Amino acid sequence: MIVKLLSGDKPRSRVLTALLLVILICLAGAPFIFDGVRPLDTAARICIFILLVASYDLLLGYSGIVSFAHTMFFGLGAYGVALASIHMGRGFDALLVGSVAGALAAVILALLIGLFSLRVRAIFFAMITLAVASAVAVLVSQFSGLTGGEDGLTYKIPRVLTSANRLGEIMGTKISGKILNYYLIFFVSLILFLLLLRIVNSPFGRVLQAIRENDFRAEAIGYRVVWYRTMATCLSAATAALAGSLFAIWLRYVGPDTTLSFEIMLDILLMVVIGGMGTIYGAVIGATLFILAQTYLQNLMGTAAEATSGLPLIPELLDADRWLMWLGILFILSVYFFPTGIVGRLREQHRA
Amino acid sequence: MSDPILSLNNVHTDIAQYHILQGVDLEVPKGQVTMLLGRNGVGKTTTLKTIMGQWTCKSGEISFDGQDMTQMAVSARARAGIGFVPEDMGIFADLTVEENMVLGATSGPMDPKRKEWLLNAFPALGTFWTSEAGNLSGGQKQMLSIARAMAEDRTLYLIDEPTKGLAPAIVSTMAQALRELKAQGASILLVEQNFSVAKALGDTAAVMDEGRVIWTGAMADLATDKDLQERLMGLSMEAH
Repeated sequence: MIVKLLSGDKPRSRVLTALLLVILICLAGAPFIFDGVRPLDTAARICIFILLVASYDLLLGYSGIVSFAHTMFFGLGAYGVALASIHMGRGFDALLVGSVAGALAAVILALLIGLFSLRVRAIFFAMITLAVASAVAVLVSQFSGLTGGEDGLTYKIPRVLTSANRLGEIMGTKISGKILNYYLIFFVSLILFLLLLRIVNSPFGRVLQAIRENDFRAEAIGYRVVWYRTMATCLSAATAALAGSLFAIWLRYVGPDTTLSFEIMLDILLMVVIGGMGTIYGAVIGATLFILAQTYLQNLMGTAAEATSGLPLIPELLDADRWLMWLGILFILSVYFFPTGIVGRLREQHRA
Repeated sequence: MSDPILSLNNVHTDIAQYHILQGVDLEVPKGQVTMLLGRNGVGKTTTLKTIMGQWTCKSGEISFDGQDMTQMAVSARARAGIGFVPEDMGIFADLTVEENMVLGATSGPMDPKRKEWLLNAFPALGTFWTSEAGNLSGGQKQMLSIARAMAEDRTLYLIDEPTKGLAPAIVSTMAQALRELKAQGASILLVEQNFSVAKALGDTAAVMDEGRVIWTGAMADLATDKDLQERLMGLSMEAH
């Protein structure tokens, strides 16, 4: 049953299986295991970024396509929900319409970019996606009447998904709409993640892998490479847009910095590389580690600096304000020691 | 000679600034094995790649089964019924042997009878069925490359030096598989340096020099005429 759910793609490493199980249990029970708003917010972000990174892995890891427009698709989904909620009023219909519209817009844009540029060399596709993503970010900032410009948009989501909706208590945890909102994000992310796992393990996914390895060979066997690459781009874009919709539902705010910035694109790239390209499970490990580090490294370093206050130099090195430098060092080390990503390395160890 | 399944008429191909094929005229008869012979660097591999569409034909005409396919996309040529086994094998190293084979059957699930035949012809593939293709030996990779091209029935097979660098036992396995393929009625255009394989399999032969076909005829005639061999290729094939 579980193997079927995973489309036959088992983790293929005991350590990896254990890690994935711990992450799944922590995410599934987050409202009951951890106290406070911050851990729940972190768990929701992890769910959304797992989906976003997995959708990028379909493109980069499975199809060998380098795109810099993934945050643009993410943003389209987020703005879809925001605009629908503003114009249609709070309600599930607005969330649904916004999500579908965002995903459709992402697919249409991906199709256009794909048909125009996937015929040419990979580097041109990467450059075109960079140009289009930059243009869209500028447009969003400029059309402030519609998008709120740099300030972004705030809007209301159905009351049933907000903290104002109090539902009682389970196991000592106050159940509110915020927790329902979290589980909406958790289950939608889980279902879409399993769907991506199904796609990469389908005959379609195998053709993508063949194209990644040797596009001419795949073409010479009889597969239309441009069609497959375009389909992969569209699927990936639609999933990224849905992740963006979930992000918008969770935050109740969208702005260029939170959904369209190039920093997020770099974060996604790092998460894919750290987790392991072409594994899908790498998205789970990469996104979890990255977001945990991003959220808690500063606090951890502050505590460490306090604990070592009597020592020379070390407290200054561990100063909480230097967290970004340590984050960078951690990522350089992880790429150095795990060139095939954490999942790739764990699988290699298991094979050995 | 029976009707040609493939015809090349005055085909010219450039690779970068080099004019490699300088007017190739070639016919591959239906249901026969045509050996494409010649010294290294005369354009044999480029001819196969031009037929498959990897290199664009600058001028001239390529027709397959009566259809002009000079401007056809690579995948369309494959779907029209041409199987291509390149010299570098072109297996998908990260995929398993099974996944490589399944990819070879583009029009749907692999026919069980055909799979059985291929696993009998190349038993090593059955042994390593679920292993990653990148872990196979050179000979096994070559077997996989040929078996994948045969995963579904194709009208014409373009095969580039399938026995190059292989152990004699694997060469005979390969030759036997090609013989069986020929017996099934397939047409084959084969570039082969191994003379005994060429002599055993070839019905007709075309010899290339300086980007052109300079001689065509029965393989048996070429195999028995040492003077002709030396004149066309500068060496006696018996020595190879």
